[in-house]
Amino acid sequence: MGLWRYILRRLGLAVVVLLIVSVATFSLAQAIPGDPLDARISERQADNPRVRAALERRWGLDEPVPVQYVVYVRNLLRGDLGESIDKSRPVADELRKFVPATVELTLFAMLFALGVGVPLGIVAAIFQNRWPDHLARFVSLIGTSVPVFWLGLLALYVFWVRLGWLPGPGRLDVGMTQPPLVTGLVSLDAILDRDGAAFRSLLRHVAMPAVVLGSFAMGIVARMLRSSLLVALSDDYVRTARAKGLVERRVVMGHALRNALIPTVTVLGLTFASLLAGAVLTETIFSWPGVGSYAVTRAVKLDYPALLGVTLFIAFAYIVFNLVVDIAYGILDPRIRIG
Amino acid sequence: MATTSTTSPAVITQARTTPVGPISLRPRRTPLGDAWRTLRRQPVAMAGLTIILGWLLLGLLAPVLPLDDPLTPQSGNNLQEPSRDHWLGTDELGRDMLSRVIYGARISLPSGVLVILATGSFGCLIGAVAGYVGGWVDNAIMRFADAVLSFPSIILAMTITAVSSGLPWGQNRLLNALLAVGLVLWPEYARVMRGQVLSIKTNEYVTAAQSVGASSWRVLTRHILPSTDAPIIVKATLDVGAAIVLTASLSFIGLGVVPPTPEWGAMINQGFKKGIEFWWMSSVPGIAIMSVVMALNFFGDGLRDALDPRRRGR
Repeated sequence: MGLWRYILRRLGLAVVVLLIVSVATFSLAQAIPGDPLDARISERQADNPRVRAALERRWGLDEPVPVQYVVYVRNLLRGDLGESIDKSRPVADELRKFVPATVELTLFAMLFALGVGVPLGIVAAIFQNRWPDHLARFVSLIGTSVPVFWLGLLALYVFWVRLGWLPGPGRLDVGMTQPPLVTGLVSLDAILDRDGAAFRSLLRHVAMPAVVLGSFAMGIVARMLRSSLLVALSDDYVRTARAKGLVERRVVMGHALRNALIPTVTVLGLTFASLLAGAVLTETIFSWPGVGSYAVTRAVKLDYPALLGVTLFIAFAYIVFNLVVDIAYGILDPRIRIG
Repeated sequence: MATTSTTSPAVITQARTTPVGPISLRPRRTPLGDAWRTLRRQPVAMAGLTIILGWLLLGLLAPVLPLDDPLTPQSGNNLQEPSRDHWLGTDELGRDMLSRVIYGARISLPSGVLVILATGSFGCLIGAVAGYVGGWVDNAIMRFADAVLSFPSIILAMTITAVSSGLPWGQNRLLNALLAVGLVLWPEYARVMRGQVLSIKTNEYVTAAQSVGASSWRVLTRHILPSTDAPIIVKATLDVGAAIVLTASLSFIGLGVVPPTPEWGAMINQGFKKGIEFWWMSSVPGIAIMSVVMALNFFGDGLRDALDPRRRGR
């Protein structure tokens, strides 16, 4: 069956890429100068010969480099990403704590990107070369040209410092207790806990970072959709639909848009990567307790194991996400499977 | 290409059999000339070009312009809002922001261009080899490219910068950041180039060159590479902006260029640390970056239309 072969091939490719990714992070770890143990544990621990011996065995540091790599991969498969240097805590535990916040922020950003980008793209295509088109293209151009870190600062200055419409950095109002942890997404947890105040507070806090983070993706989506909708609108089946007297709204929404959305769905994978990248900067500016701001604080402190752990984790998430998109795409559009 | 036709026998025989057309009275037209004519008619693209040239000129002339010293602190002058004396305000050490942002252009623009030239050439070369040689070489190169692409650029760049700053030769922070940006951006060029080479490879003139015994290297560099074109140039133009933003992001995080140097990202970071109520400190370099990226977008889109005959006049 074509579909299964396609899925298996994608899966195989993803595994190969993952292996290369692990070689890359392993090599980066090897490139760190000095005693590899010093780069992985705190000074206090490094002076203790028994701790050293135990850790050397655990990470296989007393073995030749190829064996070290095997040990590294084996540890990764067990979910052991090493330990953060100055907190001496397993990186995996730290990630578990920070990932939900990033997921939450990214989801809201995606919501903004699609919620604004799709209508913008449609309007631009329908009114091609007239003022709504120019306006929509200008907005999407701004979205893709503004450096996200400056946009964040500007938004904070205008809406928090000057106008006071939205709260400043943070995930919830100061002094507000977080709803009991279930999913880790404060918005969902607040709903589950029937805590209206926390839910509203979260929405007000997430609005600015989500818009700032989503602006780039919004620009991409609007631009892609505009051009593919323009192509679709000049296709024969659209002419047929018009000829049989369909109202223009149904022609655009029912016929052209469905086909035009395919390329836009493809760039969603790319968009996801841009959101993760943007999250690094957005979370830093808005003190959002996610993976991105964690990575930045670790990177600045040259906490290599933590940084490499985050890097590996994000690459893993990205590969899995793309795999899912690819497979879904192969199911939806049989033509893709041949490629 | 003139060099190709004089050296390749296949093309010479073809030229002999081609009938010579009537002498044209129009001035001689070249593909580049055509592209330029199309480009010149696009006001938006020309606006982009003007902005870029303007920044380059400002950067070049910075030492002879009547600007304050961008590095020496001036006490008693700190954190001033934009005024008649300081059009764009001053930073926390009293240095003129206008001067700093113009001197910043001397760092950001050339670094962006150079890093794309380097990483683009490298990516193109390696992608061309992958596409031409095929087989396991192709597979190995492209899977490696996939692996690099599966890191969000800034995360990988952060990691590379952090690791290389610990190395003995890694003390030049700008160079570190640029190295990271370069290492992150090449795979996309490899992909685009590989695709082009794959399709050009099937042309008859390539088979002809191979059949008269041209070496792989010669076929690749003389016959295939000259036929690849527009998408790469457009991509490179747009990517200069991406490289500038990425380098600035690293500086903003605190991993790239550090404060005394007036690099735009580092300047935004300075404003962020000082407090967002001093909005001009981050906004001046922020608008500078935005204007360059936008101008490159304008110009790149125009270039895409100009270089692609099918899109001309659309």
